[in-house]
Amino acid sequence: MSNQYKLVSCIINGKKVEKMVDVRASLTDMLRDDYRLTSVKKGCEVGECGACNVIIDGECFNSCIYLAVWAEGKEILTLEGLAGPNGEISDIQQAFIDEAAVQCGFCSPGFIMSAVEILEAKREFSDDEIRKLLSGHLCRCTGYENIFRAVKKTMLRRLGKDAEADLV
Amino acid sequence: MYDMKALYEAESVQHAIQLLIEHPEAQIIAGGSDVLVQMREGKRAGKELISIYMIDEMRGISYEEDGAIRIGSLTSFSHITKDPIIKEHINVLGEAVDMVGGPQIRNIGTIGGNTCNGVTSADSASTLHAWDAVVEITGPEGVRRIPIHEFYIKAGVVDLKPGEIQTAIIIPKKSYEGYKGHYIKYAMRNAMDIATTGCSVNVKLSEDKKTIEDVRIAYGVAGPVPMRAPSAEETAKGKPVSKETVKVFAKAVLEDINPRDSWRASKAFRQHIAVVLAERALKESIRLAGGEVDE
Amino acid sequence: MYVGKKVTRVDAYDKAIGRTKYTDDLCDKGAYIAQILHSTIAHGKVVSIYTSEAEKIPGVIKVLTCFDLEEKHYFPTAGHPWSTDPSHQDVADRLLLTDEVKFYGDDIAAVVAEDEVAAAQALRAIKVEYEEYPFVLDVQEAMKDGAPQLHKDYPNNILKHTTINKGNYAEAIKEPGLTKVEGWYETPVVQHCHIENFICTAEMEGDRITITASTQIPHIVRRVVGQALGIDWGRVRIIKPYIGGGFGNKQDVLYEPLCAWLCMQVGGHLVKLDVPREDTFVSNRTRHSIRSHIISWVRPDGTFAARKLEAFSDQGAYASHGHSIVAKGAGAFPQLYPCDNVEVDAYTVFTNKSVAGAMRGYGIPQAMWAVESHTEEVAAKMGMDPIEFRRQNLMPVGYTDPFSKNEMYYDTFNQCLDKAMAEIDYERKYKEYQNQTGDIRRGIGVSVFWYNTAVWPISLETSSCRMVLNQDGSLQVQVGETEIGQGADTAYAQMAADVIGVPMDKVHVVSCQDTDVTPFGTGAYASRQTYTAGFSIRQTGLLLKERILEYAHELTRMPSYNLDIIDGEIVRVTDNRVMMTLGELATEALYSLTNSKHLTAESTAQIKSNAYSFGCTIAEVEVDIPMCKVKLLDIVNAHDAGKLINPALAEAQVHGGMSMGIGYGLSEKLIFDEKTGRALNNNLLDYKLSTFMDHPRLKAVFVENEEPTSAFGTKALGEPPACSVAPAIRNAVYQATGVGVNEAPVNPHNLFKRFVEEGLF
Repeated sequence: MSNQYKLVSCIINGKKVEKMVDVRASLTDMLRDDYRLTSVKKGCEVGECGACNVIIDGECFNSCIYLAVWAEGKEILTLEGLAGPNGEISDIQQAFIDEAAVQCGFCSPGFIMSAVEILEAKREFSDDEIRKLLSGHLCRCTGYENIFRAVKKTMLRRLGKDAEADLV
Repeated sequence: MYDMKALYEAESVQHAIQLLIEHPEAQIIAGGSDVLVQMREGKRAGKELISIYMIDEMRGISYEEDGAIRIGSLTSFSHITKDPIIKEHINVLGEAVDMVGGPQIRNIGTIGGNTCNGVTSADSASTLHAWDAVVEITGPEGVRRIPIHEFYIKAGVVDLKPGEIQTAIIIPKKSYEGYKGHYIKYAMRNAMDIATTGCSVNVKLSEDKKTIEDVRIAYGVAGPVPMRAPSAEETAKGKPVSKETVKVFAKAVLEDINPRDSWRASKAFRQHIAVVLAERALKESIRLAGGEVDE
Repeated sequence: MYVGKKVTRVDAYDKAIGRTKYTDDLCDKGAYIAQILHSTIAHGKVVSIYTSEAEKIPGVIKVLTCFDLEEKHYFPTAGHPWSTDPSHQDVADRLLLTDEVKFYGDDIAAVVAEDEVAAAQALRAIKVEYEEYPFVLDVQEAMKDGAPQLHKDYPNNILKHTTINKGNYAEAIKEPGLTKVEGWYETPVVQHCHIENFICTAEMEGDRITITASTQIPHIVRRVVGQALGIDWGRVRIIKPYIGGGFGNKQDVLYEPLCAWLCMQVGGHLVKLDVPREDTFVSNRTRHSIRSHIISWVRPDGTFAARKLEAFSDQGAYASHGHSIVAKGAGAFPQLYPCDNVEVDAYTVFTNKSVAGAMRGYGIPQAMWAVESHTEEVAAKMGMDPIEFRRQNLMPVGYTDPFSKNEMYYDTFNQCLDKAMAEIDYERKYKEYQNQTGDIRRGIGVSVFWYNTAVWPISLETSSCRMVLNQDGSLQVQVGETEIGQGADTAYAQMAADVIGVPMDKVHVVSCQDTDVTPFGTGAYASRQTYTAGFSIRQTGLLLKERILEYAHELTRMPSYNLDIIDGEIVRVTDNRVMMTLGELATEALYSLTNSKHLTAESTAQIKSNAYSFGCTIAEVEVDIPMCKVKLLDIVNAHDAGKLINPALAEAQVHGGMSMGIGYGLSEKLIFDEKTGRALNNNLLDYKLSTFMDHPRLKAVFVENEEPTSAFGTKALGEPPACSVAPAIRNAVYQATGVGVNEAPVNPHNLFKRFVEEGLF
């Protein structure tokens, strides 16, 4: 094809940005190559592993099977966007660190973004619900156990249930 | 990057139809969770795409004037599951599409895409068949509506003529009023999987909950396209709610279904599972409808 | 002291904020993209390849085929230490690209293009003509006379056949009153499924080539790239950044040599070779499928009179790690349940399938599937309790293996069984689940496992370490053993901090490895990292400490033996007076006008020991018989890995291994088409790796018996957690249903088959 580009304007990690984007690009391509947001990982490129997961307008999407041009007008959040203005990290990131939920680290960014969506619901999910909400990610290092702990503990702490969180 | 020849972005249904007429070879892309995967595989590589993803008028769930439930074709699975109208009248559809892939897939995948790709394993399809859904198709000649079982022509092929797109799926009031149903997805793992067999059953019980006034059952992956099991339905209509009725009903599905042998599962295994699913899905439907099957 | 404490991973923060750089993150956007054309037949010869259409595609730089190889340098790929003895060297049977196709997915041509779309288009535009040969996918078929031959030097496709003979099996089975128990057991082909696929980049600088690769074994890759390209090994530089998991697949040299060669064909321009997931399944490495035949002759008192194992290991198309895999399992057989009369025959056989290599457990998960499924059947046939039968027959305290000199120092098996049983409430559940009826039944099952640490005395064990003191008293530590996600860097930092006597945050382990600067080491495999690197870290740390204290002596006039480094300070031990901080000493040492000295140490430890690392799994399941489904309700692994360097990371490591074992036991299997040899489910949707919803909570418990051969009392824990899970699940299903499934995985297909055979339907 003759090269086809389109101006894509969106908000990425709180900042309004726009760039000419190759219409053939996936959102993964755009975030990694055009914005150098390399926390967005490529593990399968067909929406089966969850490593490229980002939040778009409050919902999680595998950016590998999301066309970059669809980002027009959207608000996108990647792991890089979770840090506070002075680089302080969020409670869920700290929980991943504290619970040894991070091993090789390749699936971690995608998982943390799904955890963010779960926590934003501001309600207490059952264990089975948490598992289901995180089931769009594959991990080969952790057996999911410590990721489960990190997410559940953070959920309970945000709901003011610190004592219960300590028992997870 | 995807190997596409060109991308046309439709801004409205009419615009999409116009683009389809201008580019008859082009492939429609809704959420893309199938089309983009196939494009990467090489199957659809080099094709023109018409993206309808940004057409918001095709999203959402509402009542039509006659009480039918209208589901815009671009409504995502997760939005169907969360929708209050669906929860009230046809919760089983919300449950069924909540078993597609994983959460991210359910946010991008659309009910229109799930039916237009014409695959037998689609988690929405057996439930839509079991509830006598109607497909709304919009094209250059206007709007037409056809029963969902007519929409499926053969594996991978649906009744969309040049210039046409599917714009909505409708569940008529008579199809849902008084019915309760249950869907069982049989898969090899509990998430991120496609159905080995899917079975959706719904029933309407008599007022005293002792008789099955109507029962409908449909399968995915029991044949090349999603299908009803009419012989099984006939065995149970008007019959008392009983263990015997359920048994006979479940066995009878073998007269209707035609699963194939493949590396994903043997025919014998699928047949065995189809009977077990029919039995369990009917029992659960009866329970949801307020009936009780004696053990 | 840091060793033994739950210290946070040194790389956790960066990974949790997304800052960690993996190979692709480091690659310049201007890189050319390389993609490989794989064969679409399972066996045959490439007659011709037509590239002209591909070359016309805009953006295509070069198309190279098997016919463009000017020199044929056959190379081995196994991530083993090189042997200077030719008879012990790995089989060199690979070429960069080949016209002799040996499996569906073999590498026959490659494209270099400006972007991945052009590269993919070019691959589709290449036309290949083959001369097809018959192919063989089954080990027993491949061994028959007249079967299709893969390699001319290996008649009947047998790569290797080894035996173990102890006592006199033939005589021993004549003992009166023996019960014979016989079974066949089979494990599937599975794949590692690290979430980061294999990827590498190559670029030339002068006459040298720099390869950045997602590998476990940078120094071995350097050697093999040299061998494959026929160039001096010193011209090759390998950089290993953070990697997204390896599990043994990246303990093979994969496409580093090809990427380097392609780079050299395009003028040394940066080339990126990023393997798609589908190719990772087919054209990287897999775990050997092993079919085992076991016969046990058991006395009425439940002791073994004689035992026999025949194991047939499916190597796939090329030798890779070869016979080492089945040999390790075969070696475990006479040891786990010692018996006076044992015969073992182990075969490794080529078939026209994807190449099998190393994968977490290295033959032991397959061996334990066979042995522990069999043990369950023996106990049942003898009417004995499965736990008691094991306790009676397992390797006793004091057992010493004459070959490895490994010794069973502690009552490890009983301790692990006790701990696991208590954790999961075994006794109560076992009783409760006896003699059930109905559609839905529960069961609980056990399996033990045998494992040993590292590769001595089969192969070289060496570790080198370098420590460099900075001006502020902090230090860089480098070892040749690699961080691959398991947490090795953290363990090294803990060890180094303790040996030198500095706070852990003063220890900077250099994670990114670069063969130009990293001390020589053979990489991450054999669960050897903590054990082997421990020796060189301790030895080098003590050397550095000695040098520091000598310098302190010059500054303080105190004899060095009256000085120590405690918490980053030079302390006079006679009165505990702080003489200076290590930072002050280091600054003085570096900038001194009278005695400037860079305080560093570097040393190699050759390790001539090895250590058993044992444990067990207990699993509890619910079987829905009509649905042919197993739900895992509860599971615990118990391990004696010696002293735990970091209990939090040890627990996490066990979880990961258990997860892999759950997939092995319940769902994973790479399927090959009988008609074409093509892999049918080579993607993460159709290959059933277990998801978040397929696991219960995972429990890990430990018995910490300090390993006397070890620098820090520790031993293997990387692979052991994956070794006993699958048979424990199988044995739980057996208790629940009375049906033994001897072909893994215990998935609905196999359960349906077995339930039909046993008349349950």
